[in-house]
Amino acid sequence: MKKWGNTGANLPPLVFLVLLIAIWEVTGRAFNIPDHILPAPSSIGKALLNNMPLLWLHTKMTITAASVGLVLAVFVALVLSVLMNRVKMIKRVFYPLLVISQTVPIIALIPIMIIWFGFGLLPKILVVTLVCFFPLSVNLTEGLENVDNELIDLLKVMKAGPWRIFKSVQMPSVLPYFFSGLKISATYSVMGAVIAEWLGARAGLGIYMTRAMHSYSYSSFFAAIFIVVLLSMSLFKFTELLAWLSMPWNRIKEE
Amino acid sequence: MCDAKLSLREVSSAYIHNGRILPVLDTISMQVKEGEFVSLLGPSGSGKSTLLKIIAGLIKPDAGSVFLNGKELKGTIVKMGYMPQKDLLLPWKPLLYNAALPLLAQGTGKKEAYNKVRELLPVFGLEGFENSYPSQLSGGMRQRAALLRTVLIDSEVMLLDEPFGALDALTRERLQEWMLKIWDHFKRSVIFVTHSIDEAIYLSDRIYMISELPGKIVLEQAINLPRPRARDIVLSPLFTEYKQNLMTALANETTWGNS
Repeated sequence: MKKWGNTGANLPPLVFLVLLIAIWEVTGRAFNIPDHILPAPSSIGKALLNNMPLLWLHTKMTITAASVGLVLAVFVALVLSVLMNRVKMIKRVFYPLLVISQTVPIIALIPIMIIWFGFGLLPKILVVTLVCFFPLSVNLTEGLENVDNELIDLLKVMKAGPWRIFKSVQMPSVLPYFFSGLKISATYSVMGAVIAEWLGARAGLGIYMTRAMHSYSYSSFFAAIFIVVLLSMSLFKFTELLAWLSMPWNRIKEE
Repeated sequence: MCDAKLSLREVSSAYIHNGRILPVLDTISMQVKEGEFVSLLGPSGSGKSTLLKIIAGLIKPDAGSVFLNGKELKGTIVKMGYMPQKDLLLPWKPLLYNAALPLLAQGTGKKEAYNKVRELLPVFGLEGFENSYPSQLSGGMRQRAALLRTVLIDSEVMLLDEPFGALDALTRERLQEWMLKIWDHFKRSVIFVTHSIDEAIYLSDRIYMISELPGKIVLEQAINLPRPRARDIVLSPLFTEYKQNLMTALANETTWGNS
């Protein structure tokens, strides 16, 4: 990660992607593949343009659920991992629960959430939080465990207070762990929101997709998928940008 | 013991390793006078680092006590110019912050702390590197930066744990000469841990030789070489005599296979 947004390095994957889409388009036309089997990129594009206002309405809901859920997950993960790091008993009690929370099939949990909290935004946010806090907590816990104790000892001999020790030793050494967790969670967040909406919502890309499917409008369905991919990728890239901005010392190493 | 800056009385320490008690230090008694350069010389794994940690208050001794200025330190962490074996510079901070850390930790303002560091940079041969990250500095520079940071810990005693252990021979010799200048400049009492006989003689006023585990003091040797010491002092007959003495003591103490 030498420079942010290095165009030279981004070019080959971009060219490859364009090539794939071109092959898709050409084979679609050559073999006359009907829309309900696999719509061609051009008809997906048309659907995207024609349904823009409606799609944007649903996209806004998904963005809200995904981002609020993700921010909430960051808070939950931070509090949990700091507590688990400070008090070993809490770790012993909570860590197995964390793992169990991830073994419950999320798809089975969503109807229960809908019964409890209705068709609004809240159950979606909770599902996103539930999906996203786990990779963050696991990474943060590991990061806090790997902080160099000798560095902490050194600051203690300088008579540094706990805040100084946290700010100049613990926080920076945990940052890389935090961001690798956040990258996973960021990609999960949009997917979590879409799955939650799929099973019942007033608005959102998930419910839009089920409706498109039921009305045999496959190009609209694919248009929604395209937006989901775009959202996830933007969030991922945004996380990378944050990491790049907050760890300037990592940029220097590779120069 | 009245004029001792720092003194240890019968300090013992042990680890518990795989359910067995492993004695590390055995009734260590020693003193450092005001402004004196004292080396702890001994083979690797003789508990020298543990001893420094006990003095700094990071580890509690199982028996014995440590006195600073005649007052007993009851196992609390005391502000000491402690420099551990690794340079332990913060990889995420530029040199300026790393060196200023002891001042910042004491609540000194950033500007004042940085100015103080900038004043000292030429003494440590680090001018022009204040904005470099540790990963951009050479091994020798990192050690000098760590030493600058140690000097800025406002304490009368410096505890240096093999500061030059990881450096190549040439860099090491240069830093030894420079170490003497720094010591002369700041006039602090120093406890210097090393496993190099030459390094210990060249730098010290006095040497305590420690045996293998459990670490015991087997020899106390005053070094009466004149100061300031030039590099060629290592060729003098007196230097050779000291070296001979210490080597014999070390050989007698190295009892592989006997225990």
